[in-house]
Amino acid sequence: MSLYTERMILSRDQLIGMYQTMQRIRSFEEKSSELYTKGKIGGFLHLYIGQEAVGVGFISALKEDDYVIGSYRDHGQCIAKGTSTREIMAELFGKSTGISRGKGGSMHLFDVKRGFLGGHGIVGGGIPVAAGVGLAIRYKKTDQVVICFFGDGAVNEGAFHEALNMVALWKLPVIYVLENNLYGMGTAAYRASSIPDLIRRASCYDIDREQVDGMDVLAVREVAERTIYKTRTDKEPRFIEAITYRYRGHSISDPGAYRTREEIEEWQKRDPIMRMENYLKENSMITDDEIKAIREEISAEIQDAVEFSENSPFPSKEELYTDIYA
Amino acid sequence: MAANITYREALNQALREELQNNPDVFIIGEEVAQYGGAYKVTEGLYKEFGPERVVDTPISEEGIAGCGIGAAMLGLRPVVEMMTVNFTLLAMDQIVNNAAKLRYMSGGQFQIPAVIRTPQSLGLQLGAQHSQSLEAWYAHVPGLKVIAPATPADAKGLLKSSIRDNNPIIFLENEMLYGTKGEVPEGELFIPIGKADVKRQGKDITLISYSMMLIQAMKAADTLAKEGIDVEVLDLRTLRPLDAESILASVKKTHKAVIAEADWKSCGMGAEVTSIILSGAFDYLDAPVVRVALAEVPMPYSKPLEKAAIPTADDIAAAVRKIMGKG
Repeated sequence: MSLYTERMILSRDQLIGMYQTMQRIRSFEEKSSELYTKGKIGGFLHLYIGQEAVGVGFISALKEDDYVIGSYRDHGQCIAKGTSTREIMAELFGKSTGISRGKGGSMHLFDVKRGFLGGHGIVGGGIPVAAGVGLAIRYKKTDQVVICFFGDGAVNEGAFHEALNMVALWKLPVIYVLENNLYGMGTAAYRASSIPDLIRRASCYDIDREQVDGMDVLAVREVAERTIYKTRTDKEPRFIEAITYRYRGHSISDPGAYRTREEIEEWQKRDPIMRMENYLKENSMITDDEIKAIREEISAEIQDAVEFSENSPFPSKEELYTDIYA
Repeated sequence: MAANITYREALNQALREELQNNPDVFIIGEEVAQYGGAYKVTEGLYKEFGPERVVDTPISEEGIAGCGIGAAMLGLRPVVEMMTVNFTLLAMDQIVNNAAKLRYMSGGQFQIPAVIRTPQSLGLQLGAQHSQSLEAWYAHVPGLKVIAPATPADAKGLLKSSIRDNNPIIFLENEMLYGTKGEVPEGELFIPIGKADVKRQGKDITLISYSMMLIQAMKAADTLAKEGIDVEVLDLRTLRPLDAESILASVKKTHKAVIAEADWKSCGMGAEVTSIILSGAFDYLDAPVVRVALAEVPMPYSKPLEKAAIPTADDIAAAVRKIMGKG
């Protein structure tokens, strides 16, 4: 038996931890959506609801000093990397206690302490940056890895192809995770790609690749363990396509007229949190009372994050000119 | 006859009329067809004109711009929609190295009758990567015409003129303006490219502006009128080529100028306008030319910081009062 399958034996605590993180993300996003309609949060708001298993499955398999880089749909990954819901919610409120001191907003979460490198607002913008992070890891000769998340829309950007070629050419420890939620904004992925099977995009760069059910956190975790182990060991890039689905619109202002209610409901039947909950119950690892307790605890945590954000001050006027040097 | 319609509707009318007028005109861009445009400017056009004339694309800005330019080399008249100005940065090479230069460096063998339409936006808490004004970047480039209408009538008339123009045009719309209403004459409407417009006659001072900042400039002029300051408001409308004649005519009349712009001051549009005034009307000036512009920072997300970074009608009025010695 190879090393990575041995490592895939997860403790009850680890399993419940993944369940909790997914639940925390779901509750955080639902609360954000509600607060947006109340005008507490402005700008764009891209929710991670439905995709929780991808971020949690991968990030839970990382070491603390590994790096994560994301797109504008970044709340879930930032939570999974360990940033507190207080700091993220306060950022969405534009408060000085936010993780980016209120200056970044929903799309630009950064957490240097926890290795979360953004929060990138332009489609595909983080993909070449991840190559640079991989370059620095190799340069410093550490055994870290970086995971870069992006959506199906991003594979059609030139930046994607430039970066994939470079990480493969130079053998950089970068794991690219394509979160294929089937739609780039309102355009179905198959309408935007000459090959519907997006994992093949990695094949011409000869990058080791694998597809996974992004609605199943255990399947994701298993692929993540294997992938991270391999990349940490041989320092070579990997490409994973996670098939997933976003329940909400591209952003909160997207009515989503391009897909049917039935399609959404069909995907919701495979809800990653529900599946994990069933798995834990079937294996007698959790009771209904414990589930209830977890939900209540998370609900209280999110409520605390909201209160913390409400009570935090906005940045002072002087902050307008801090961190600008030219 | 005129109709009171939104800036968005005016643009949609211009597109529809030009699609009807010339079979060589087509629209290409992200979400322009089935979705109806991210900001609904192309709504209904896909239904009316079909998938060959209203073309959805992958998220591939450089590719999209190149498609427009290549098609234009063969004489088609593409209207390229870039979802926001921020995404035009990914198409910069095609726009600056190809669109702007192909006619010149081919010795006039090729023309590029392409329009690149794109909205800018500020003040919607969209954060640093989605709240910027890049008009000066494009206006810097010989070979590009840059247009930034502020009213529905100008939006319609200038877009129609742009589509009929034989050279590449960066057509800068504004998210803040899409819902604003104004009188638009019915039927064919062409507004000449390169002509500024006096939006309000006045004798005391010239207030020069364009796009969303023009709305603030007009508000400031209303306020100042009540204080006895008679402001002339000049809407540049076209940023390249700039209408130096109209700028100088107004400043020679009023002897004072304030420029209200929604871009950064350093190397911004106001710097160019100031230079035109100083070299063409220096002897007529009674006061220094003053610019009111964005704070020189990437746009912060936090509401109070964002508010502090974007000039308002009050800021413009204060700048005018100061020059008039009434501040």
